[in-house]
This record gives sequence, C-alpha cells and structure tokens, in this order.
Amino acid sequence: MAAPRGGRRPGAVLACALVWLALIGCAAIFANLLPLPSPTEMDLLGKRALPDAQHWLGNDQLGRDMLSRLIHGARISLSVGLLAPVIGVTVGGALGMLAGYFRGPLETLTVGGVDVLLAFPPLVFALAVTTYLGQSVLNLILVIGILGIPAFTRVARAVTLSLTEREFVVAARALGATHSRILLREILPNVALPLTAFFLLGVAVTIVVEGALSFLGLGVPPPAPSWGSMIGEGRESLDLAPWLAFLPAVVMFMTVLAFNVVGDSLRALTDPRPGAL
Amino acid sequence: MSALLSLENLTVEYAVGGRSLFAVSDVSLHVDRGETLGLVGESGCGKSTLGRAVLQLRRPTGGKVVFDGTELTGLGAEKMRLMRRRLQLIFQDPIASLNPRRRIGDIIAEPLIIVGVTDKAERDRRVREVMTAVGLDPDVAMGRLPHEFSGGQCQRICIARALILEPELVICDEPVSALDVSIRAQILNLLEEMKRRYGLTLLFIAHDLAVVKAVSDRIAVMYLGKLCEIAPTERLFAQPAHPYTALLLDAIPVPDPTVRPATNLAVGEPPSPLDPPSGCRFRTRCPRADRQCAAEVPPLREVAAGQFAACHHPLTGPA
Repeated sequence: MAAPRGGRRPGAVLACALVWLALIGCAAIFANLLPLPSPTEMDLLGKRALPDAQHWLGNDQLGRDMLSRLIHGARISLSVGLLAPVIGVTVGGALGMLAGYFRGPLETLTVGGVDVLLAFPPLVFALAVTTYLGQSVLNLILVIGILGIPAFTRVARAVTLSLTEREFVVAARALGATHSRILLREILPNVALPLTAFFLLGVAVTIVVEGALSFLGLGVPPPAPSWGSMIGEGRESLDLAPWLAFLPAVVMFMTVLAFNVVGDSLRALTDPRPGAL
Repeated sequence: MSALLSLENLTVEYAVGGRSLFAVSDVSLHVDRGETLGLVGESGCGKSTLGRAVLQLRRPTGGKVVFDGTELTGLGAEKMRLMRRRLQLIFQDPIASLNPRRRIGDIIAEPLIIVGVTDKAERDRRVREVMTAVGLDPDVAMGRLPHEFSGGQCQRICIARALILEPELVICDEPVSALDVSIRAQILNLLEEMKRRYGLTLLFIAHDLAVVKAVSDRIAVMYLGKLCEIAPTERLFAQPAHPYTALLLDAIPVPDPTVRPATNLAVGEPPSPLDPPSGCRFRTRCPRADRQCAAEVPPLREVAAGQFAACHHPLTGPA
C-alpha cells in the first residue's frame, strides 16, 4: 500500500468515533434484549427523578426512563439517518453518473430537475407529506431521502464528468466495452469513494434534520422517542431539569461528529494516490 | 502490399464558440499491412485527433476511413464495437490510461471479458502469456494497482492490454513522450519486438523526429491539420521536399558542440487553427512563400518515387 502521507494520521480520534458508533449501533439493534425499563411507561410519581440504581440517567418530565428513551431513540434516529441518505445516494448517484457520462439532453433534464427540487422549500414539502400521507417513520425517511437527492446527483455528476475525459475510459471505449460496462467497471469504482464519504456526511446531516423535524412535531409520532422529539419535550422544563434536553443533544452531537470523522478519514485513507482524482 | 488502412479526405471539425475548427482537414493517406507509418507534427496540428478519428472515438465530419475493406465511417455503433478488437490504441500518458482502482490482472483481462472469453482459466493463461511477452512478471504484477508501477512499467501494461486481443492495427499516440529518456528505448524496442511477434501494423504518432525515424518505414508530416509530406523514412531525412519538413529536420539538435545551430528556423508560432491562412497553411512561416501560395491550396503531388508533398515550390524535383 501507499506510504503514509504527510499530515495528521487518523488515529485516536477515528478510533473513538468508531467505538462510539459501534456502541450506539449495538445498543439500538439490541434495545429489546437489554434489561431496560419500557421507554413509554410513565411513572408520574417519579417525574424528572434524578439518576438512581434503577434509572441510571433519571426520568423525564413524564417519568419515563431517560436511558431507555435515549437507546430506543437511537433506533429511530439511526434508521432514519442511514436509510434516508441511501435513497439519496442510489437515486442521486445513478442520475448523476448517467448525466455526467451521456451528457446531452439527459444532463440538461437532470440538472434542471435537481435545481427545481433544490428550490422547493423543504419544510413545505415535509408538511405536505405528513399532512396528506400521515406521520410515520417511513414517510419521514422518504421526505428526507428525496430532499437529499440533488446533493448526491451533483457530486456524482461532477466526478463522472472529469472521469469520462480520462484516458482509461477512452481506452475502455477503444476496446469496445459497452456503456453499461464502462459505467459499472470503470466509472463506478471511482465515483463510489467520493459518494461514500459524502454519504457519511449525509447521515450526520440527516440525523440533525430528523431532530429538527421531530422538534417541530413533523417527525416521529409520539410517544415513540427520537432524539429530536426528546430535545423538544425537554425544552418545556429547561428551567427545572435542563439535562432532559441536554442529554439527547449531547448524544446527537457525539453521533454526528463521529459520522463526520469517519467520513473524512475514509476520504483521506482510501485514495490510492495522493491527488489522484 | 495491400493497404490495411486508408484515409480518404478525412476531415474532423470541432465547434468552438460557433465557429468550426478544422483539427484534421482533408487528409488522405494509407498504411500498408505490416508497415509502420510515423506521423509527426507540432503540438496541436491534429495528429492525435487523426488517431482517434481512425478509431471512430471522435466521429469524423467528412471523408472516409477504410480498414481492411470495411468503411468504418459508415458502421453503426454495434458493428463498430465489434470491429474495435482489430484496432487498438496506446496512449501518451500510461498512468492515466489505467483505472487507478483496478488490479493489473483485471485491467489486462478486461478486453477478453469484453469479447466474451468466459473461461477464467483461459483468460488467466492469456494474461500471463502477454504479460511475459511485454516483460512483466505475472506473479508479481497481477495483483497490484497501477500506482505501484513506474511510467515505463505502466506503458508495458498498456501495451499488454492493447495486444491481448491480437489486433491488426495499433495506433500509438505518442507512446514514449511522457516517459523518461532512459526508458524510451526500452519501450520502442518492445514495440518493435511485439510488431514482429504479433504481425502488427503501426500508426506511430509523435512529435519527436528521432523517435519516429527509429521505428518508421514511412513518415507523414502534418501541419495545422493538413498533410505536408509523406515519404519513406530514408528519403524524407535525406531529401525533404516540403520546406516545413526541412525546417523540422534542421531543428533536430546535433550532438556536436562545434556545429552551429541552424539559423533559418521557422519564425513565430503556428497560426490559430480557427483562422488558418489562405492557400498553403504554412506560407506565413515559409521562406519560399509567394503569391501563388496565398491563392491556391497546394495539392499533394508525387515529387519523387514514393515521396509526396503538398507544396507549390518543393525543395526536390523528380529524381
């Protein structure tokens, strides 16, 4: 492999980020198996209780266990955060590659469509969907996913445009490779890395967006917990128990930061040559 | 000998800001089977465009490309795709012409997959054979990525990829200009050896006359999209007919400090191809230009046996 390049080597920070993501991910996956109280069961005598042996992080304003809500909230925040960018990266990536490779009317159409989508006010779109299709996790994923398509399209198109002029693509054409083969074997491997790095940034952004939508009441329907709705509910008792809002905020911050760190390191690490593309 | 490739009035235009740029203008030539034709000219004279137009990577806007009796210019996309295995291309930048994320073994096997060799063992055998032929150790090189190799080794890989389908015509687009001088001879020798072994016909594009002289049977000289002169190598170097060829030859440095550099070198830059001079395109830099050169485009005429020049006042007459 390539010799280590100048600059900081991603070491401790990356390791912390990966450990944190693994921890959050495992907790979310195995939430049902963990010996946790129910995230929705209210204990009205224990409202805003301080941490004790049974409730490690205390209770929220309705007497629900905070740790349990954080972990079950991770399920929703992470699944929305991961699935919505998947829509963006597949649809946007494919559109961008086709537009950048074939150029012509297809490119004009794609770029135009993407601009229209970008100009559309995202909150109005989210409101319209939740109003007409109802509030659910699936609808939330669809809304955020579709809103993410333009960014991925632009990244994929820009990278593909520069690749298509490169000699190895011309060489593949000269060998008589079909368009689909060139797109899949020559261009995709080179587009995949920038897209993956962008995908991880997209995950980070999506978790924040989900939080914001849930905070506004457009996200996950209550009583199911998500980090955003927990911050929103915690806001009501900021003066009495500020940790109810801060705890989910800190967890969200750490997770978003971890995704960003991993995304950045991935881009720096797996480039085969410095300044190759 | 029969012509394997012939170009008839080949023209390639680019649209530049609403005007058309004639990168290749009305070029006719032929390459015989088994021959190496060198194609020289300054940067931007249309040599590379001509190479790509032959392969229909850039569709010509006029004229014909006939390969072994088949007119490539008229072929549909699918028929042309199937024809491609008989014509191959080697590029100037060997590193950029290898996909940085694919392994050498896969890159060289790619042509076989494209033509439908489904047997993995058969592909492997042929990849090893061609890698050995170009001087690469298959056991060491197959699993590596292009950036682990030097420019010269990458050019060997490119040559292996071009040869694995055993093409008839290989267009070498400045295959050694990006390489270190010490590596050039190795690659040129390799090309010669491959030519013998696989019975290739080469169209060898370069801007370096010394390189072209070493490999070519005949040499064609281009200037600003036009063919100036085409002649057997010996004849061209001994008695150039076109003043441009003579100037190019004078510009070759002589490795002798007592020899003074030629003083009658061409003056100025080549004119813009967007706005070429009337008549003979070289007349603005030509010491022999007169009124006729401004008025009439000189046709390509035979000035001696096998030597053709497009000039109203050639330097040599019939021998």
